[in-house]
Amino acid sequence: MSVSRKKGLDYWLPKLVVSPTLVIALIFFYGFILWTTIISFTNSSFLPSYDFVGFEQYVRLFLNPRWLNAMGNLLIFGVLFIGICMIVGLLMAILLDQNIRAEGAIRTIYLYPMALSFIVTGTIWKWLLNPTVGIERFVISMGWETFVFDWIINPDMAIYTVVIAGVWQASGFVMAIFLAGLRGIDTSIIKAAQLDGANLFAVYTRIIIPSMRPVFFSAFIMLAHIAIKSFDLVIALTGGGPGNSTDVPAIFMYQFSFQRGQLGVGAASAVIMLMTVLAILVPYLYSELRTPKNG
Amino acid sequence: MAKSNNRGYAKINGRAVLYGVLIIIAAYYLLPLVLMIMTSFRSMDEIRMGQLIEWPKSFSLDAWSMAWSEVQIGAREDRGLRPYFLNSIQMVIPAVAISTILGALNGYVLSFWKFRGSELFFGALLIGCFLPFQAILLPQSQLLGSLGLAGTMTGLVLTHVVYGVSFTTLFFRNYYVNLPHELVKAAKLDGAGFWIIFFRIILPLSAPILVVTVIWQFTQIWNDFLFGVVFSDPSSQPVTVGLNNMVNSSTGEKQYNVDMAGAIIAALPTIVVYVVAGKYFVRGLTAGSVKG
Repeated sequence: MSVSRKKGLDYWLPKLVVSPTLVIALIFFYGFILWTTIISFTNSSFLPSYDFVGFEQYVRLFLNPRWLNAMGNLLIFGVLFIGICMIVGLLMAILLDQNIRAEGAIRTIYLYPMALSFIVTGTIWKWLLNPTVGIERFVISMGWETFVFDWIINPDMAIYTVVIAGVWQASGFVMAIFLAGLRGIDTSIIKAAQLDGANLFAVYTRIIIPSMRPVFFSAFIMLAHIAIKSFDLVIALTGGGPGNSTDVPAIFMYQFSFQRGQLGVGAASAVIMLMTVLAILVPYLYSELRTPKNG
Repeated sequence: MAKSNNRGYAKINGRAVLYGVLIIIAAYYLLPLVLMIMTSFRSMDEIRMGQLIEWPKSFSLDAWSMAWSEVQIGAREDRGLRPYFLNSIQMVIPAVAISTILGALNGYVLSFWKFRGSELFFGALLIGCFLPFQAILLPQSQLLGSLGLAGTMTGLVLTHVVYGVSFTTLFFRNYYVNLPHELVKAAKLDGAGFWIIFFRIILPLSAPILVVTVIWQFTQIWNDFLFGVVFSDPSSQPVTVGLNNMVNSSTGEKQYNVDMAGAIIAALPTIVVYVVAGKYFVRGLTAGSVKG
C-alpha cells in the first residue's frame, strides 16, 4: 500500500512541479500570440474589440509610409549590424587565437559592452556622436577644421549611427562565440595541413572557417534576433529621429499600440515581427534538430 | 643562418603588429567608458571650455550626487536616479530568484523524471527564448490590467519571471542532461524520492549552472527597458527607464557630466557582476548559442 502510494507520488510530482511552467507556456506564450493575432484581424482601436475586418489592418499597415520606412531601416540596420559584427567578431577571434599573452584581459575588454544596457550604450554614443560636444568637435579642435561627423542629426545618415553603437555593443559577443568555435576544432587536422605545407591563411580560409558553419549560423541567429527586437538602443540614441528617420518596427509597434491607441495596427505590426523572426528561425531549428541523427 | 635570423625578425615584427592591432581594438571598446568616467568627474564649465578627450582639471563628485539624488526627472517628487535604482533592486531580486528556482526544477524533471510528452513540452517552451516580446505586449498589458497589477512591481516581476523561465529551464536542462544518470538511478533504487534526490544529489552539483543562470537573469532583467517602459508607472519604473527619462528630458542646458554619471550608476551593478564573474557571464552568453 505504502509502496504503491509512493510510486503514485513520484509519478505525479514531476508533472505537478512543471505544471506552473506549462501554464506559462500555454497562456503567456501561445495564448498571447494567438490573442495578438486575433486582435490584428479586428478593428480594435483604443480597446480590444472582436469585430473582424479580415486583413484590413495589414493593408493599413503596409500602406503606412512610416511602417515601410521602419521596415527599410530595420533592413539597413540588420544587414550592416549583422555583417559588420560577424566580420569584426571573426577577425578579433582569429587574432586572439594566436597564443596571445593576457588573452583573458583582452577578451574581458572586448566583451564588456555586452554587460551594459542598450540604454546605457545609447546614452554614451548619443554624447560621443553629438557634433557640438563629441567626436566632431574633438577632431576640429585637433586642427582638422573642416571635419564633419554629424550623422546623428542628419536624417539620411542617422540610421548608421545606430549601427555604430550596436556594433560596439555586440561585436565582442560574436568574438566570444567564434573563439569558442575555434577552440572546439580538432587541432590534429590543422597540424596535418601545416605539415603538408599549407600556410596560416590557407588553414583559416580552407579548413577552419568552413568547419565553423554551425557557429556562424548561431551567431547570425542571435544577431538577427537582437536586430529585430531593437528598441531600447534606438530610443536612447536617437529616439527614432531626426523626424522618423531611425524609426524601427519595435518603436512603431510601441507607439501605435500604447500611445496612439491603434491596437489593431499595433497587433498587425507585432505579428509581422513575429513572422520575420520565425522565418529566420524555423529553417535553423529544423536543420539543428536534424543534424544529431545524421551524426 | 642569416636567413633564419631574418625569419625570426619577421616573426617578432608580426607579433608586434598583432599586439598593436589588439591594443587599438581594445582602445576602441574602452575609450567610451573611460571618457564617460572622466566626464562624470568634471564640472560643466570645464566641459564647455575643454575637450572631449582631456584629463579632468578638477575632480568633483557633484555630477554623481546630482545624478543620484538631486536632478529632477519628470514630475516625481523623489529626485535623482535613486528611487529608480531601488526599484530595479526590488524588481531584480524576486524575479531572478523565482525564475531560477523554476528553471532548476524544470530542468531536473526534464532530465531525470521524463514523462510522456516531456520532450515536446521542452521544445514548446523554447519559443520563449526567441519570441519578439512585441508579440505579447498587448495581451500582457491587458492581463496585468485585469488582475489589478498594471504599473505595479508585482506585475513587472511576474512579467520577467514568465518571459525568463525558458532560458533558465534551457540552462539547467542542458547542464543536468550531461550529469551521470547512474547517480539518480541508484538513488531511486534505494527508495529516495523526488525531493530527496533533488536536494541531496542534484542541487549540490548545480553550483556552476546556478551561477551562470543567476548572472544571465540578473543582467537581462536589470538591463531591460521594454517591459519597464510598458508595464510600470513612476512608482515602479526601473533604472533604465529613469536614465532614459533623465537624459531625454529637455529642460535647460544639457548636463553631460550628470548624464554620464547617471549612465555609470545604471550600468554599475552589471559591470561589477561582469568583472567579478566574467567567466560565467560568457558561459551564459554562449550557452544560448553554442549548444552543448
